[in-house]
Amino acid sequence: MAKQTDIGPPDYRMMLPESIKENYGTWKYHEILKPGLMKHVAESGSELYTVRVGSPRLVSIDFIRDMCDLADRYCGGYLRFTSRANVEFMTPEKKNVEPLIADIRKLGLPVGGIGDCISNVVHTQGWIHCHSSATDASGLVKSIMDELYPYFTEFKLEAKLRIAVACCINMCGAVHCSDLAVVGIHTKPPKVNNEKLAATCEIPSVLASCPTGAIHRHPDKEVKGVVVREERCMYCGNCYTVCPAMPLADADGDGLAIFVGGKVSNARKPPMFSRLAIPFIPNNPPRWPEVTGALKNIVDVYVKDSRKYERLGEWIERIGWEKFFRLTGIPFTEHHIDDFTGATETFRTTTQFKW
Amino acid sequence: MSDTPLLDDLEKGPWPSFVKEMKRAALKSPAAKDLLGLVELSYKDRVTHWKHGGIVGVTGYGGGVIGRYSDVPEKFPNAEQFHTIRVNHPSGWFYNTQSLRKICDLWEKYGSGLTNFHGSTGDIILLGTRTENIQKFFDELIEIGFDLGGSGSVLRTPTGCVGPARCEWACFDSLDLVYDLTQTFQDQLHRPRWPYKFKIKASACPNDCVAAIARADFTIIGAWKDSIRIDQKEVKEYAAKGMDIKGLIADRCPGGALTWDEKKGELSVKPEDCTRCMHCINKMTKAIRPGTEKGASILIGGKAPIQKGAFLSWMLVPFIKIEPPYTEIKDLLEKIWDWWDEHGRNRERIAETIARMGFKVFLKAVGLKPLAQMVKHPRSNPFIFFNE
Repeated sequence: MAKQTDIGPPDYRMMLPESIKENYGTWKYHEILKPGLMKHVAESGSELYTVRVGSPRLVSIDFIRDMCDLADRYCGGYLRFTSRANVEFMTPEKKNVEPLIADIRKLGLPVGGIGDCISNVVHTQGWIHCHSSATDASGLVKSIMDELYPYFTEFKLEAKLRIAVACCINMCGAVHCSDLAVVGIHTKPPKVNNEKLAATCEIPSVLASCPTGAIHRHPDKEVKGVVVREERCMYCGNCYTVCPAMPLADADGDGLAIFVGGKVSNARKPPMFSRLAIPFIPNNPPRWPEVTGALKNIVDVYVKDSRKYERLGEWIERIGWEKFFRLTGIPFTEHHIDDFTGATETFRTTTQFKW
Repeated sequence: MSDTPLLDDLEKGPWPSFVKEMKRAALKSPAAKDLLGLVELSYKDRVTHWKHGGIVGVTGYGGGVIGRYSDVPEKFPNAEQFHTIRVNHPSGWFYNTQSLRKICDLWEKYGSGLTNFHGSTGDIILLGTRTENIQKFFDELIEIGFDLGGSGSVLRTPTGCVGPARCEWACFDSLDLVYDLTQTFQDQLHRPRWPYKFKIKASACPNDCVAAIARADFTIIGAWKDSIRIDQKEVKEYAAKGMDIKGLIADRCPGGALTWDEKKGELSVKPEDCTRCMHCINKMTKAIRPGTEKGASILIGGKAPIQKGAFLSWMLVPFIKIEPPYTEIKDLLEKIWDWWDEHGRNRERIAETIARMGFKVFLKAVGLKPLAQMVKHPRSNPFIFFNE
């Protein structure tokens, strides 16, 4: 047993480069110099250059060692990661910037993701690790970013665009407030294994886990188990999280939904949820061409129609959802009309709309 | 022919490939090699091959390790157990390379060599080890100065933005606050005691770079009480370079607080109409800055859809000073946890408990007065409970 426990993470002050310690809390302004490069200037006049690098997030320890080598060579032995799994290299030396970028490119890594572009994709584990996933996450992200690559490395947008992928509706990460959100969904009710359920689960907590009250005690008193009223199940998987005897993964039933127009920043419009654009696309690994094609289409239309500084959700709010569906050619179906809690607040209560 | 034709396809294309990373790990680790085969099988079958849960961990803790077992152990015996370890990252995800290299060496010794830098919550995620390695790994992790992060019904690893370390907009020290709260609440982080998970995230300005408002039960977002600061000389520079200050800045101000005087080349602000949205500051970084009377707003209840639907956090404390030792915030957290622990149902996040019991009830329990800033608008129905 460890000599000590509960020591917590190391003190962040050990992890800061000198140039940051010296100017901590006294930064005055920053400028984005080109894709993936920004300069911060402190009250003292000191400068700090930051180079942002895209990473696949699922990386080997040798990748981390590569990053450490670069940081040792150019950044005094320090680096950081962003909340979207980019790597950031910081140096006060302007002369280090171009050689650093050249060495990053030698490793086959993209420089970009700062300012009005697509940054790295926030995502979950998928088939690499997760028991409740309805799709893979890393493979989807790789396919999406291959398709949208120039939006990471160049300025081609009027505002930033944030993409997130969740492999099930547990949505680890801020998927539900992203400009573009791809969400793995199940569409078949759980297949109950009552024998296993009796041995491994508490029936009351299985019943209580269902947000729509679809799970009931088995009508046969002899059977220690439950039944699912399938017409009330919306496949959230909460019962499966509570009880392993309720799996709902299904090769043909599982797939992806695409939600659009969310954001978390308060700039101009308040934060917004992403809303449903495409209810279901079947899983088609290894490249998910229907998903990447749908995202490319939405981005293309947004690029053509948006105004300066307008996030995707702000653009849709201005033109209206009815026009969004028309411009993108995405069919509007009964699935787009909400029937969960709070649904009535989404119905149109005005005669103002566009043809 | 390759054993993994489907995954091999994901080595092509310009974006860096996770498959290439898995293959790098597979050169050194039989577990990583079998993981490749197992994931290839998922790509073929279009379903996951991981079984539900499995309780594993270290002595004295109730979280930090996620047990994982494959459902095809006969095919891929080296990936039969592929447990994941969460390691609490340093504030702001800053590292010195010595520390990172030590973590890599430990993971080479005890794990598959595969990682996430970082997981969605913010921890370093170390993917793939066997039960007998977990305690040994943990003992050595403590030796190199790191500790486990949160999992299960605990305080999850708190996270914050880059803050004053490298951002001119920071209204409080998000790195220090996160570090202090994490150290203060180690017991809550390592030992499950609540109805469900509880997340704390701190963004030092309203741009909210860690998505606190969408993901954190307890959301801390930077704010200021006085006026934005405008440098008119720099404003003129932007105008001279051709920026449409009226159309793109003043007219886009959601509070209508900005006025552009074309003749004088001056941008003026009516501070009481400013909602601190950050738009003008974001776009005119050299000319406009947040005010000087700084602190934060605290919001409550952000979460993803499970189980009663997603919530954005709700305004709870419009303004609070954020200064060490952060006593006021810690007291508020303790009051919130006491109430939630008492009233929350199993797997109910704080927002769902508040929605079920009423915001009014919650405010009384934590000793806060109702304020107009807490709502978008007052109720429109007459069904008021007047019982005191």
